[in-house]
Amino acid sequence: MNEWFSKMVSDFSGAFIEGDRWKLYFQGLGKTLQIAAGAVILGIIIGIVIAIIKVSAQQHSNSGKCPAILKILEIICNIYLTVIRGTPVMVQLLIIYAGIFVTMTDGTIAAIVGFGINSGAYVAEIIRAGIQSIDKGQTEAGRSLGLTSGQTMRLIVLPQAIRNILPALFNEFITLLKETSVAGYVAVRDILKMATNIQNMVYNIAPLMITAVFYLVLVIIMTQIQKQIERRLAQSDRR
Amino acid sequence: MKKKFALALAAFMMMGTMAACGSTNTNENAGSAAGGTSVTSETPNVDAIKEKGEIVMLTNAAFPPFEYQADDGSIQGVDVDIAQAVADKLGVKLKIVDMDFNSVTNSLKAGKGDFAAAGMTITEERLKQVDFSDEYVTSSQMVVVRADSDLSGDKAALDAALSGKNIAVQEGTTGDLYASGDKENTDSTIENANVLQYKSATEAGLHLANGKADAIIIDQKPAEAIVAANDGKLKMLDTKLTDEQYAFAVQKGQDDLRAVINEVITEYKGDKVDELITKHMGA
Repeated sequence: MNEWFSKMVSDFSGAFIEGDRWKLYFQGLGKTLQIAAGAVILGIIIGIVIAIIKVSAQQHSNSGKCPAILKILEIICNIYLTVIRGTPVMVQLLIIYAGIFVTMTDGTIAAIVGFGINSGAYVAEIIRAGIQSIDKGQTEAGRSLGLTSGQTMRLIVLPQAIRNILPALFNEFITLLKETSVAGYVAVRDILKMATNIQNMVYNIAPLMITAVFYLVLVIIMTQIQKQIERRLAQSDRR
Repeated sequence: MKKKFALALAAFMMMGTMAACGSTNTNENAGSAAGGTSVTSETPNVDAIKEKGEIVMLTNAAFPPFEYQADDGSIQGVDVDIAQAVADKLGVKLKIVDMDFNSVTNSLKAGKGDFAAAGMTITEERLKQVDFSDEYVTSSQMVVVRADSDLSGDKAALDAALSGKNIAVQEGTTGDLYASGDKENTDSTIENANVLQYKSATEAGLHLANGKADAIIIDQKPAEAIVAANDGKLKMLDTKLTDEQYAFAVQKGQDDLRAVINEVITEYKGDKVDELITKHMGA
């Protein structure tokens, strides 16, 4: 037991402290966060645009008149959702790196675009579901009070929808953060890549354990942020 | 009004996505266009590199002593030192890109880098994709086993003994081809081995030591490094399974760049390379 413990300690100090190797994890962490943040922003933009198209297309076809352009956009959105949700993110990433950003050597941009496009599909569905979860009576009430459809959406539906969306949205962000660990496949030196490179020097699994701790801490921080926001949003609740 | 704006925005975004897909072709041409801008010059590719001010080397930093990540995060190794000499000769900066060994050849072909230096063996298959410089190191595939193993014999005996066993390799390397019994690129006679493809030589060593694999087939220098790092748990057999040459790779037809690399390699080949190997084995 004692021997095992001292081996653990020497493995971990070898993988983290010796030769200032901890700096490498933070370098990699920076890359991971850069990709995750870029992808989250891109994902939200794509997600909102698609959710708006899908929701307004549905509203229009419910009222019987749907402009052709909206119909076409909706079809494109549906194809996008089907393709992106139907293929693994790793495959998408490899295709984007080798097929679209053909001559770009650094995979960071490819990774941001790849994870962003992937995340956008999930975010779109989360937002659409959130908007549609709000009772139709809310919209009708807003309209009968003389608000335009835009005002109704902005002042009545969206504030309620956001509260429903948040847990699922944070779930998606957490998944996205963890998924970026495959970015090493496209020549990105993210935290996992750094850890495996350190593994080539120390020949044990300590670097992987350390990486796991890094991810865990990040996810715990994100969960705390989510809780804070939810508490703020629940302040005026009467439940 | 707002809705129209949103629609316009959506349409714009869609177009952006489409354009990204459509630009594949232009991107693809960019690589060859860079080479073709100065057709009149004798050395179009070298000129392009000088104009850029940097030369991009593709490698897989999981192959000590030829390339590995140092404690400060930089990539070091024998190949890096030689590549630096090439960059110095051209008077440009050396940029190193660390990627999976599997994607090195393809990425070079696609123009993601100017040359590849990754302890690459000249094989028939790779010659179809890229051009190779002169060789700078002669190497062999070696067998690494646990220290208590009684495996021994000449090449034919080892091939027979390894047939049907669990063999750990680094993905995409000659050892990988050999363990898989590839007849086109190697003269392996191994049959039906269960080949465990790992991303690095290190991982292969780790899994041999903990019993997941029965043996590793890998290049000589990494084999020595693995044995040295697993203090006494592993040993390398004396029998050489192959004789092969390492070389730098360039994109097909870039003879001017190849000539520059060859000049440097001629200078380094022999003693200087041996010195570098000793230097990086100690690190």
